[in-house]
Amino acid sequence: MASNNSIKKTLIVAFSLCVICSVVVSSAAVVLKPKQVQNQELDRKSNILQVTELYKPGDDVEAKYAELITPRVVNLETGEYSEDLDPGSYDQFDAARDPATSRTLSGDDDIAGIGRQENFSTVYLVGNPDDPDQIVMPIRGQGLWGLMEGFLSVRGDGNTIVGLSYYDQSETPGLGGEVDNPRWKAKWDGKKIYEGGDFQDPQIQLVKGGASGEYEVDALSGASLTSRGVTNMLRFWLSDEGYAPYLARFHDDSQGGA
Amino acid sequence: MATDSVKDVVLSPVFKNNPIALQVLGICSALAVTNSMSVSLVMGLAVIAVTAFSSMFVSLIRNHIPSSIRIIVQMTIIASLVIVVDQVLRAYAYDMSKQLSVFVGLIITNCIVMGRAEAYAMQNGPVMSFLDGVGNGLGYAVILLVVGFIRELLGSGSVFGLTILPTVQNGGWYVPNGLMLLPPSAFFVIGLLIWILRSLNPEQVEKTEYRIVANSKAKIKETANV
Repeated sequence: MASNNSIKKTLIVAFSLCVICSVVVSSAAVVLKPKQVQNQELDRKSNILQVTELYKPGDDVEAKYAELITPRVVNLETGEYSEDLDPGSYDQFDAARDPATSRTLSGDDDIAGIGRQENFSTVYLVGNPDDPDQIVMPIRGQGLWGLMEGFLSVRGDGNTIVGLSYYDQSETPGLGGEVDNPRWKAKWDGKKIYEGGDFQDPQIQLVKGGASGEYEVDALSGASLTSRGVTNMLRFWLSDEGYAPYLARFHDDSQGGA
Repeated sequence: MATDSVKDVVLSPVFKNNPIALQVLGICSALAVTNSMSVSLVMGLAVIAVTAFSSMFVSLIRNHIPSSIRIIVQMTIIASLVIVVDQVLRAYAYDMSKQLSVFVGLIITNCIVMGRAEAYAMQNGPVMSFLDGVGNGLGYAVILLVVGFIRELLGSGSVFGLTILPTVQNGGWYVPNGLMLLPPSAFFVIGLLIWILRSLNPEQVEKTEYRIVANSKAKIKETANV
C-alpha cells in the first residue's frame, strides 16, 4: 500500500485516470451530439408551431413543420427579404453578438433591454410564402428576472395577433411565470397592433384591471414588472427598430384599409 | 463493515440514515429542483446513477489510489459521470434537462456522492459500494419526491402534472400557495420532515452540545456591595 504514495505511482494513476475519463466524456459527447441537435431543432420547431395554434398535441412536429412553415431572413431596416443569407443556417442569436452583423442600442431606444440587436432576423411564414396566413417572429426582452425569449405570430395582414408564447423565461413561478398559462395566452388571439395603418407606432399593450378594446390585453396579476417587460418588448420589436418596416409591406399588399 | 447485508446497505440510507434528513447533505439541489414531481424524479434517478457508479468505480481502483490525490481522483470520476448523465439527459429527455438546467451539472458538488465515495467505497468492494450508492441515491430521491409532492400539490394544485386541486388561474377554486413554488419553501418542508422523522426515531436526535446555565446575577451584586 505504501508504494501507492510514491511519486511514480501517483503520476501513473493521475495520468491514466485523466485519459480514461476524457475518453469516456468525449465519446459520450460525440455519440450523443446528433441526437441532441435533433432535439434542439425539434424543440424550436414545436415552439414555432405552438404559437401558430395549428399544432395539436400528438401531431408529428417534423411533418407539420415541413408542410406549413417556410423560414425567411428579413432585413430589419428595410423590411426586405435577404437573398444572401440562408434561413436554414442563419443564426440570429450569433449575429446579435457579432458587431459586424448587429448594432448597439443606446439607452432610450433599448426599451426591451437587449443591448444589441441583429440586422437580420429569421421569420417563419405559415402557408404560401408569397401571401402567408401567419407570420411568426422571434422576439426577446427583459422581464423581471432575466431575458424572456419567445415567438409572436400575426395574421397575413401584419396587424392581427394570433398568439404570443415564450420558450425561455425565468419569471417568478405563479406570478410572472403565468406568461406560460394557456388561459392568458388565449387572450392574445385577435388583438390588433397598429391603429389606422400607422405602422410607426404600435398600440398593443398590457393593462391592469381589465383590458378593453382590441389594443389591450390583461396584465398578469401580481407581476407588474413582467407585464411591463412584455409590453416594452412588443413595443420595441413592433416599432421601426424591429419588424414594423417588414409588417408594413403586408398592409400595403393586402386590404389597403385598417 | 465487511459483514453488511445487502438489505441493510440499500435500505438503511432510505429511512434510518437518510442523507438529507439525518446527515443534512445535498440540501442545495433539494431546494432547487423539487417544485414538481417529475423534475424531482429525474433528478433522483440521476443522483442514484451517479452515486452508484462513482462508488463502484472508486471502489474498483481503491487499492491503487495514492492517498495524497484520492479526493481529486474521486472528483474526476464523479465529474466524468455527471457529464455523461447530463449528455444522456439532453439526448433522451430534452424537456426535462431544460428544466433541470444547471442542477444536473451541480450533482458534482452534491456532498452525498463524494461522501459515499470517501466514507464507504474507499474501504469496501465494488458490488457493496454500488449498492451503497444506490441506497443513498434512493434516500435522496425519496426525500426529493416527498418534498416535490407537497410543493407541487400546494403550489400548482397538481401531482406529476395532473390537476388534483383546480387552481384559480385555471378557473378552479384552489388559490395556490406561491411560496411553495419558490426554493425557500423546501427549507420549511425539509425542516418539518426532519422533525417528523426524529419524533418517530428519537435516537436520531443529537445530544445537546452545551446547556445554558442559570443567570448568575447574585454574584455581581455581591461584588458591587464590596
